Amino acid sequence: MSENPTTATHHSAPGTAGSAAGLAAAASSSPGAAILLEEVTKRYPGQPKPAVGGLTLEIPAGSVVMFVGPSGCGKTTTLKMINRLIEPTEGRIVINGEDVTTMDPDQLRRKIGYVIQAGGLFPHMSVAGNIAVVPKMLGWDKARIARRVDELLELVSLDPDTYRDRYPKELSGGQQQRVGVARALAADPPVLLMDEPFGAVDPITRQRLQDELLNIQAELGTTIVCVTHDFDEAMKLGDWIAVFDEGAQLVQYDSPERILAQPANEFVEGFIGSGAGLKQLSLSRVRDASLRQPVLGYVGELASDVLSQLQGAGSNHAVILDRRRRPIQWLTKRQLSRMQLITDQVDPELPVVGENATLNDALDEMLVATSGHAIVTGARGVFLGVIDIEVVTQAITDARSAAQESGAPVGLNSGAVPAVAVAAMDAQNDDAVPLDDGPVAPGAGRGPAGGEGPASERGERGEGGTR
Amino acid sequence: MWNFVSERWDQILFAAYQHLSLVVQCLLLATVLAVLIAVLTVRIPWLAGLANSVSAIGLTIPSFALIGLMISPLGFGPLPSVVVVTFFATLPILRNALVGLGGVPAETIEAARGLGMSRLRTLATVELPMAWPVIMSGIRISGQMVMGVAAVAAYVLGPGLGSFIFNGLARLGGANALNSVLVGVIGVVILALILDLALVGLSRLTIRRGIRV
Ligand SMILES: Nc1ncnc2c1ncn2[C@@H]1O[C@H](COP(=O)(O)OP(=O)(O)OP(=O)(O)O)[C@@H](O)[C@H]1O
Ligand SMILES: [Mg+2]
Repeated sequence: MSENPTTATHHSAPGTAGSAAGLAAAASSSPGAAILLEEVTKRYPGQPKPAVGGLTLEIPAGSVVMFVGPSGCGKTTTLKMINRLIEPTEGRIVINGEDVTTMDPDQLRRKIGYVIQAGGLFPHMSVAGNIAVVPKMLGWDKARIARRVDELLELVSLDPDTYRDRYPKELSGGQQQRVGVARALAADPPVLLMDEPFGAVDPITRQRLQDELLNIQAELGTTIVCVTHDFDEAMKLGDWIAVFDEGAQLVQYDSPERILAQPANEFVEGFIGSGAGLKQLSLSRVRDASLRQPVLGYVGELASDVLSQLQGAGSNHAVILDRRRRPIQWLTKRQLSRMQLITDQVDPELPVVGENATLNDALDEMLVATSGHAIVTGARGVFLGVIDIEVVTQAITDARSAAQESGAPVGLNSGAVPAVAVAAMDAQNDDAVPLDDGPVAPGAGRGPAGGEGPASERGERGEGGTR
Repeated sequence: MWNFVSERWDQILFAAYQHLSLVVQCLLLATVLAVLIAVLTVRIPWLAGLANSVSAIGLTIPSFALIGLMISPLGFGPLPSVVVVTFFATLPILRNALVGLGGVPAETIEAARGLGMSRLRTLATVELPMAWPVIMSGIRISGQMVMGVAAVAAYVLGPGLGSFIFNGLARLGGANALNSVLVGVIGVVILALILDLALVGLSRLTIRRGIRV
């Protein structure tokens, strides 16, 4: 056990700096708080294996972190340890630099929003009464509470005059969920915990609620930790996704892009499900792809000039721009050879996508267009380039390599990686003692042992060669 | 019959008042006791089971027998009446309180705790209000039942309409004996109706709109 902290620190060295920066940022600008789980373990009485085993997890301030994993792997347990609805058996939880493991749990929870499936609303309280629960406990005056209730109802897209005095049973599932979110946000908590919040609503409502949550998060900058079993939801909402296995063993903790591009192992691949490539398409934006630059023609130019450029480039199409560099036509050699001057005629069916569109949108546009290309425009419709299937494929490859460079927050289990490291150390020490020549011995003693055969062969040949 | 009533009108009214007052006070005491026991036991399965069994078995004890048993330690007078009536009043309320509190979904309690409510606050502002409709119907059942028990309790010289019934029964065949019994019985029935009406009104006032059925 005593080795674990050192090995953990060793492993997390690059990310620890990141966490310090996160805390500083939270203290100054971002209203969201950074959360740090340090070697957190939860053992339920009478169970041989811990539900959460030595988990160290950094949740950067103002980010959305999604927990995914198979049923019973410890997602809920991990989540509830953050607001201490479940007390950790071992380890520390630090929020914004403050160790909350020793704080009064009720005080702590008033500062952490908590949303559960179907909202968990109190049926005997009106919508306003539900939202006012935390402000009342914090001793706000009536006028302030009433103002806040209306503000929050508007934030979650419910008309205050219509819904304020309703009771939960008079609301639809989606509306209940919205009130649940409003209630959790009542006192502007820097952290919002959600346990499968959208599990009980139909797909269309879910999508809407997800979009709203993203908007709210963008507006408030709250740090959100959210459990889901829907990988698509995790990709859509998460800045970071933590993929857990049994015992809250962290299998991968990374950006959605990188998890898609480089799943850590088959377990993660299984979780992503089929169509990983297609999912990648909706994560990447057209602006990030390296676009092709086709032959350009301008209104009023001689068609023969453009035609000779096309022949020089060995290409079949030229994009025609108007005076503001907006694409208006896409002409083939044939069409060009039939005209003298390039006209300012606008082709209404030109396949155009904005630079902020996803590759998925671009692909859609391309498939509709006869040419298999789409024209990309930037601000004010100015021409940027052309995208085709090869560009899309290239963009996916680029996204994978770019994803490798992103600095993910720290996440690991002290029980997992270090267990191997400690075993290796023990083995090394056993070797080291009889050999008695310090730190060199393990490497020297083990290397040759494995590579003896080929090494000697090579040695003989090498020696022969030199002689 | 009419003469019997008009001659003893003051006496009957006083007995009725005493009867009702005994029942209402015992009912109040029983509600407090039952809710307290239920709150303490409901989250501990074996204790809740025990409380349930006790309330089921308790209801099978003949009230008359229990009164008899109480006389030797407590003597005659209002005390044994209060003890016995409260005992019987507690049982149905306890049962319903256990059902009501046990029926509050764990998620709702967790949501309350998750918002930072203390245990006591959760109990007072979430669990009890949510269980109240069931507890309230327990109180109504209890009210009906102990009206009769209180009449039996008059046997040990406790106050109430029971004395008319028992006096009449003792002198059955004698002058006005039947009238006396009838006055007692009808009086108890009328009181029971009044009490139930009052309790229905109380339910209306105390059950929150969101969980009214
Ligand atoms: N109160 C408890 N007592 C004993 N064991 C528990 C308790 N709560 C959870 N567990 C066990 O701990 C493990 C993790 O449970 P947890 O609820 O965290 O899983 P989960 O990842 O949220 O699963 P799901 O996706 O099904 O919600 C499970 O094996 C579960 O059986
Ligand atoms: Mg769960």
